[in-house]
Amino acid sequence: MDVGMIELREVTKTYRMGSVDVHALRGVSLTVDRGEMVAIMGPSGSGKSTLMNIIGCLDVPSSGAFILDGEDVGNLGDGRLAEIRNQKTGFVFQTYNLLPRLTAQANVELPLLYGNYGSSGNRRRLAEQALERVGLGDRVHHRPPELSGGQQQRVGIARALVKNPSLLLADEPTGNLDSQSSEEIVALLQELNEEEGLTVVIVTHEPDIAASTRRVIVTRDGLVIQDEPNDDPRRANPFGGPQEE
Amino acid sequence: MSPATLLLTALSSLAVNKLRAGLTLLGIVIGITAVITLMAIGQGVQQSITQRIESLGTNLLFVRPGESNQGGVFGGQGSASTLTMEDAIAIQDPVFTPSVAAVAPELSTTGQIVAGRSNTSTRVYGVTPEYLKARNFDLSSGEFVTPGHVDSASLVAVLGSEVADTLFGNREPTGQTVRINGRQFEVIGVLESKGGNRFFSLDDQVLVPITTAHHRLSSQRTAQGAFNVQTINVQVADLDRMDSAIREVATVLRLRHRITGEDDFSITSQQETIETLQETTGTFVVFLGAIASISLLVGGIGIMNIMLVSVTERTREIGIRKAMGAKHRDILLQFVAEATLLSLGGGGVGVLTGILLSWALNGRSLLGGQPTQTVFSGEVAVMALAVSAGIGLFFGIYPAMRAARLHPIEALRSE
Ligand SMILES: Nc1ncnc2c1ncn2[C@@H]1O[C@H](COP(=O)(O)OP(=O)(O)OP(=O)(O)O)[C@@H](O)[C@H]1O
Ligand SMILES: [Mg+2]
Repeated sequence: MDVGMIELREVTKTYRMGSVDVHALRGVSLTVDRGEMVAIMGPSGSGKSTLMNIIGCLDVPSSGAFILDGEDVGNLGDGRLAEIRNQKTGFVFQTYNLLPRLTAQANVELPLLYGNYGSSGNRRRLAEQALERVGLGDRVHHRPPELSGGQQQRVGIARALVKNPSLLLADEPTGNLDSQSSEEIVALLQELNEEEGLTVVIVTHEPDIAASTRRVIVTRDGLVIQDEPNDDPRRANPFGGPQEE
Repeated sequence: MSPATLLLTALSSLAVNKLRAGLTLLGIVIGITAVITLMAIGQGVQQSITQRIESLGTNLLFVRPGESNQGGVFGGQGSASTLTMEDAIAIQDPVFTPSVAAVAPELSTTGQIVAGRSNTSTRVYGVTPEYLKARNFDLSSGEFVTPGHVDSASLVAVLGSEVADTLFGNREPTGQTVRINGRQFEVIGVLESKGGNRFFSLDDQVLVPITTAHHRLSSQRTAQGAFNVQTINVQVADLDRMDSAIREVATVLRLRHRITGEDDFSITSQQETIETLQETTGTFVVFLGAIASISLLVGGIGIMNIMLVSVTERTREIGIRKAMGAKHRDILLQFVAEATLLSLGGGGVGVLTGILLSWALNGRSLLGGQPTQTVFSGEVAVMALAVSAGIGLFFGIYPAMRAARLHPIEALRSE
């Protein structure tokens, strides 16, 4: 039996808005094993992003336990959380969150600046490899404004991959993309999951994308209301439409 | 983050908004230029004063009445009348004071000097022939007080160059007569100018034989009817023998004055005078620097202001960096590095313009009409650079702390 990659026990997150408490998560428990690919769905405001931010160590739970790759994250300080973000988790955002003034390569190199990733030559090589991996080997010196949405998101994925993380988190990675680019991005994530054994958690509103993963978690009002294996995941098809197995 | 990467990151961030960086820099440039230039002028004034005093001879001792522990070279001394002409003669004896080369007692009063329709009020010194050599003066015309003049208390006077100018203008003063406090004197010579400034002039004086000053101009006598003098200038044979000369002179005077307890005279060296003066002018230089520093403070506040704006504008960038694993310290260092680069860059440019400006002002009339040499010192430049780096750190730390403290998610959400 594989060790759990993500283990959440009764995790809550409460935001204080003036005098009102907003309960974004009301007690979420779930386990994700190493090598799994999981989709999280749910209506807007149901706590998906809040959950992802906690798993990505960008935020901490208000209560409950969170164990990431065997490490109890609940009691960690800012410094260690930054290290985990730098080494273990790669985060892909809906809005890409690239630095517009930096080239694709410099953007991908960014996480490497904050850890021990060798000389600048080595870092450049790693960045170029990651860009090639996502199919952008010919766009290394382009800046984000010179790239299409899909290409920008690929840079975002390359940046998440460059430090060779064990967990890839993507919060609506295709939310700003057309269906063609969306399919391509999802196919890329699937490939990374299947070929490199990367654990992938993806938040999405699109049933098509969810249907392509082996497990779908549904949230509502800060709770997990459904968590089912998908025995017949449909392969994402870059050209749309169902595909014969 | 390695220092090189840190520097590159900071530089490229600043390069995004070159005009803004340039204007912020300007604040520091102006401040540092002001500090460097004012210090150069101040040090120039200090140096010229010191040189002028040194031009009177450095191996000089002044013996004055009063206690030596009265503090301050100019304070409290000369009030008591304990030094006499006989003391001066005794000090001259090579058996007791082998380290002494020449002794020149002086007696000073103020006098109203009249020549024709011109007149001036100045200090009149009664001196002996040794005075010329002991105080390093030269004559521009005529002759100096001779032993004969002293013996017969002749009514002769040697004019300082400024006094000669005031009274006679372009005419030759030697051979003319002047009235000092109503008595008629023959002008026998004029001193060469030593230069000076409005605070301190050596050319505004008149010299007469000491006996003449005693009998005709001043009426000071001791109870015993002895011949009082105010200062005995002692020229020491050479600079290495200053200490032994002081000891010898003190011994002679203590014996003569039958002193067992506290001395009734004080001996100061020219060196001490210079040191005291340097202290005073040093304070003046520091004061100039302090005034200039106010503009540095303004420049520093400018940096802080711009850094605060920058943190607000770049909140999203900070969020992205944090999400990628930047620690509190990484963000702090990045913004501190930017602020320090700004101020250090401004400091560097400021030092250069300061050097140029001091060089351009060198030899121009700045204070009291006299041409002022500017003295640029490397120490001040290094200090200015250190101060500007310090300003960057000081004014950059608060904005940087605000940046570092941002929560990654909240920072990412900002537009
Ligand atoms: N910083 C915050 N302060 C206050 N309330 C917050 C904050 N962040 C999230 N919330 C609230 O928590 C709840 C869950 O928000 P979250 O962003 O997790 O939803 P979501 O499922 O990702 O929605 P969407 O599909 O629209 O992205 C919402 O009600 C939201 O208003
Ligand atoms: Mg969301």
